[in-house]
Amino acid sequence: MKAAGNARYLRRRVWNIFNLGMAMATTLFGLFWLVWILWTTLSYGATAFNLELFTGDTPAPGSIGGLRNAFVGSLLMIGVAVLIGTPVGILAGTYLAEFAQGRRLAGAIRFFNDILLSAPSIVIGLFIYAVVVVPMGHFSGLAGALSLAILFLPVVLRTTDEMLGLVPSTMREAALALGAPHWKMIVQVSYRAARSGILTGVLLAVARISGETAPLLFTALSNQFFSTNLDQPIANVPVVIFQFAMSPYPEWQHLAWAGALIAAMAVLVLSLVSRFLIKDRSPR
Amino acid sequence: MPEPQKTKISVRHLDFFYGSNHSLRDINLDVPERQVTAFIGPSGCGKSTLLRVFNRMYSLYPGQRATGEVLLDGDNVLALGMDVNLLRAKVGMVFQKPTPFPMSIYDNIAFGIKLYERLRKVEMDERVEQALRQAALWEEVKDKLKTSGLGLSGGQQQRLCIARAVAVKPEVILLDEPTSALDPIATLKIEELVSELRNHFTILIVTHNMQQAARVSDYTAFMYIGEMVEFGPTNQLFTNPSKKQTEDYITGRYG
Repeated sequence: MKAAGNARYLRRRVWNIFNLGMAMATTLFGLFWLVWILWTTLSYGATAFNLELFTGDTPAPGSIGGLRNAFVGSLLMIGVAVLIGTPVGILAGTYLAEFAQGRRLAGAIRFFNDILLSAPSIVIGLFIYAVVVVPMGHFSGLAGALSLAILFLPVVLRTTDEMLGLVPSTMREAALALGAPHWKMIVQVSYRAARSGILTGVLLAVARISGETAPLLFTALSNQFFSTNLDQPIANVPVVIFQFAMSPYPEWQHLAWAGALIAAMAVLVLSLVSRFLIKDRSPR
Repeated sequence: MPEPQKTKISVRHLDFFYGSNHSLRDINLDVPERQVTAFIGPSGCGKSTLLRVFNRMYSLYPGQRATGEVLLDGDNVLALGMDVNLLRAKVGMVFQKPTPFPMSIYDNIAFGIKLYERLRKVEMDERVEQALRQAALWEEVKDKLKTSGLGLSGGQQQRLCIARAVAVKPEVILLDEPTSALDPIATLKIEELVSELRNHFTILIVTHNMQQAARVSDYTAFMYIGEMVEFGPTNQLFTNPSKKQTEDYITGRYG
């Protein structure tokens, strides 16, 4: 009896060690590629890393320069996309979570939002090209910002909906039981309870659009010079990386690596901040 | 027994439906003012449902409806023209699970007050302190009013919710199994608190615990499968029930 028990116990232990080993091996496999990518970006990017990167604009072949115009253009377009996408996404998510519970319309909106969420970004770029760029007659930063806003919106909508869905209904009832009107309950109780989750959604959506290249190729194009005019083509990090990395000029290739490094760092920082916010959600 | 009490809430021919499920049948009841009225009965008998009629909590959910009359100081709570927000200012509620808002202890209390009154900082401070004292929580939290209400223990959270409800200065307070999620010591504190508050408010308490009903209430209503079986002074109902069903329940023969 005891011996049989021991044999079972032994088998369980071996099986446990095997599974633990496999889990660790697959984790290492995944980490290996991530570290390789980061290492390559870092080692190539670091060589081009200097002050000129932030003060100079994209140079002509053979001369030195930086990526100032691309950074500014990217920030501008992302900023406009966030300004458009955040209020629309949060309000739509609020409608779904707070007002449309159980209605058929809510299911339809969620379904279409999920489609939008997983739509290839090049399709979005093509759409904006057709409805904004062609009628305007030229590429523009505004068109780029709009295409980013469309990519940004469904992420914010979805996270807002989900985070508000996690707010216990008893908390809502408690606010309403004090005689609070519905909107006040949402603004002061639901939003507050879901605040860090919603903010995390916004940050992750920013991370998502900051690396998008395809939709910007059709819309913002790029610009060799420094510009803050959203009515005109505007330089941006992803398209500059794309152009410069493919070019035969070593200076351009170095700048592409430096741009890639900055883009990767930016996403890393955003992810870290949002992780920090999620942790912060536990009772303070 | 003191002389006959003034009636605060009269329920007349109340029926309640969850969709097609007829869950309260012809309830008639006079709740006396500034007394504690307990509602007991087995699970699913409709006591919580009845409580949620008094502040129209049910009307949040489509498919739930009530017919009949519930008169609060003579005004029909169920009437179409009833402003539910004003009703809820008069009829506060505390739930089974503590539901502090995700904000500071101070703001938890101030939230309700701000809905109805515009106060200067000193006046607000006073009101918050007064409410916390009424809920016997002041001594425990006076040094950490700015910290989150979520950081309190379960019993403290529940007293915070009671403080939040009394801060609005309601006339009636509904307690829906307020101690079922608490340990015995926290339960005792809440019960003492209920005895204190009865001097200022009309209190209706739903409880699973018959001893609790016997300890804290002046009147007790025994409900069974959606019907009001017996209602009377607590002493009388527990020592000399007039219905066989009540006697069976309080002596533990079912439920």
